[in-house]
Amino acid sequence: MLTLDPNIPDPDGFYDDLLKAHEGLNEAESMALNARLILVLANQIGDRDILRAALAAARQ
Amino acid sequence: MVAERYKTAFTLYPYEKVSAQDAAPVRHPVVIVGGGPVGLALALDLGQKGTPALVLDDHEGAGLGSKAICFAKRTLDIAHRLGAGVPMVDKGVVWNVGRVFHGERQLFEFDLLPEDGHRNPAFINLQQPYFEQYLVQAIRAAQAEGAPIEIRGRNSAVGIDVHEDYATLDVETPDGPYQIEADYLIACDGARSPIRTMMGLDFDGRVFEDNFLIADVRMKADFPTERWFWFEPPFKDSGQSALLHKQPDDVWRIDFQLGWDIDRDAEMQEDRIRRRVDAMLSSQTGTVPEYELVWTSIYTFQCRRMKEFRHGPVFFAGDSAHQVSPFGARGANSGVQDADNLAWKLDAVLKGRAPKSLLDSYHTERAYGADENILNSSRATDFMTPKNTVSRLFRDAVLGLAKQHSFARPLVNSGRLSVPCVYDGFPHFGPDALDGPYATRPGAACPDAPLGSEYMLDRLGSDFSILALGGDAPHHDRINVVHIRDPEPTVRRRFLGDHTRAIYLIRPDQHIVARWPDFDASAVEAALLKTLGQ
Ligand SMILES: Cc1cc2nc3c(=O)[nH]c(=O)nc-3n(C[C@H](O)[C@H](O)[C@H](O)COP(=O)(O)OP(=O)(O)OC[C@H]3O[C@@H](n4cnc5c(N)ncnc54)[C@H](O)[C@@H]3O)c2cc1C
Repeated sequence: MLTLDPNIPDPDGFYDDLLKAHEGLNEAESMALNARLILVLANQIGDRDILRAALAAARQ
Repeated sequence: MVAERYKTAFTLYPYEKVSAQDAAPVRHPVVIVGGGPVGLALALDLGQKGTPALVLDDHEGAGLGSKAICFAKRTLDIAHRLGAGVPMVDKGVVWNVGRVFHGERQLFEFDLLPEDGHRNPAFINLQQPYFEQYLVQAIRAAQAEGAPIEIRGRNSAVGIDVHEDYATLDVETPDGPYQIEADYLIACDGARSPIRTMMGLDFDGRVFEDNFLIADVRMKADFPTERWFWFEPPFKDSGQSALLHKQPDDVWRIDFQLGWDIDRDAEMQEDRIRRRVDAMLSSQTGTVPEYELVWTSIYTFQCRRMKEFRHGPVFFAGDSAHQVSPFGARGANSGVQDADNLAWKLDAVLKGRAPKSLLDSYHTERAYGADENILNSSRATDFMTPKNTVSRLFRDAVLGLAKQHSFARPLVNSGRLSVPCVYDGFPHFGPDALDGPYATRPGAACPDAPLGSEYMLDRLGSDFSILALGGDAPHHDRINVVHIRDPEPTVRRRFLGDHTRAIYLIRPDQHIVARWPDFDASAVEAALLKTLGQ
């Protein structure tokens, strides 16, 4: 089951990490990082039903 | 006159005048137009069952040049059933190690670590002319045993008249034209199918805007038997991707994906081809081995299929019915499965064992197989040639991660090996009354397994069989019963799972029809009637 309720401890800290990961990158490099990140996280989830639900939620 | 459209590698069925050329049209149960891999496999299968098959081909043997080289296990299993598999595997090259490069870097290497307990390897590399030659040799051997197969070389199909329950074919030969009638006419006449064109049938699909340069080179040098694949090869003007792999006779197949806007004549110039090949062959060692260019050509490809594979008495099989990109080697492999699917159905109908409506399942089943192949090869193409910014972004992300992280490697797609489709939920299959292994569910092609010094698929043969595992041997008055009282671990794993016994009903093309925990004669009879369409 895809959770769309809050699930990240210290949300501000995570958000900060996310932006920091992009520091110093140009737009193309940032896009590439995002793509790699999506793949890494998708692999962590693994479950095709959850991934499908996540794609649908993001697409809304 | 019969025009020579291409050069042949071997002469296999030289033209000989037959008396039918001077007589009124003779009716044949099955006429096959085209003696490529598909037409030959079909004729051999029919003939071995005792159903007469006449093959017409407008040449006298296998075409010279670069066509299929990669033949998958399912094809080899079918060829083995037909008595042609052993020379293929003996001659073919088996490789297990592959390397994937992106630009200058090697991303990873893999070892296919073949699963044991199968007679045949996952695939072999073998030039298509050999594949056809071994089929013809098996046909000659079957003919010697009395199989009613005839091949007429330099017999070109030039006209067709389709009636409700037969077709009349106009045939051109070096001695002039004649006519043949066929209860069933099978068009195995390749991608440009003259039969399809003469019948005015559509053939829609997706044309991929790309050109591939193929160079087959002969090298005596010690060069590893591995498959090397480059995304964005670093050698000058080598396009989007490049592939190198080994064939028999010290020949290596090299493919360069050149893109759409190219000057074909310029690209075909020998010095230009040699520059690319030099760069590729020296990329890992720095030195160019000595080699000879055996064959070069440029091709484009399409993914498409006919809407209907059957039109009354006319059937389309192989490239005439469907075409895919070569990535994943699905052309000849899927075409041989068409032949495998159609042969026993034609035989059963012609012998009055099944109603004519059984033949409709040829289209339903094989069009599904074609769609799966088209899907797979389109996916490979989309990975290799990303068609927009986002697809390139993810493609490059996958390649970027694959060097360091194994999780990304299964996403790298340079063509997926052809495996047979499973007819899940199709009308002529079932029931699945055994809670058994997933891979052997009804609809699947029966996997091989060792039986002492023999193999399962050999025991099943070319007719319906009941496979009885464990328990007592059931008796059936018409069907071959293969009883394995004490299945070894591989057989258990593939067919039984947690059970100690099971009954499988298997079709002549070795697809599993149904399975049960125990033998119940009336259940088997019902499944048999269902699979025969009665
Ligand atoms: C570069 C390349 C690489 C490939 N690699 C692979 C691979 O690795 N694995 C794989 O499985 N597939 C591969 N393929 C595809 C494979 O070659 C074809 O799918 C296969 O040849 C199809 O067999 P077929 O019998 O349907 O047709 P064909 O092999 O085309 O045979 C048709 C026959 O019909 C004859 N014919 C045509 N018109 C007439 C007529 N009017 N009268 C009488 N006879 C006629 C022709 O002369 C020919 O002999 C590759 C193709 C290409 C181009």
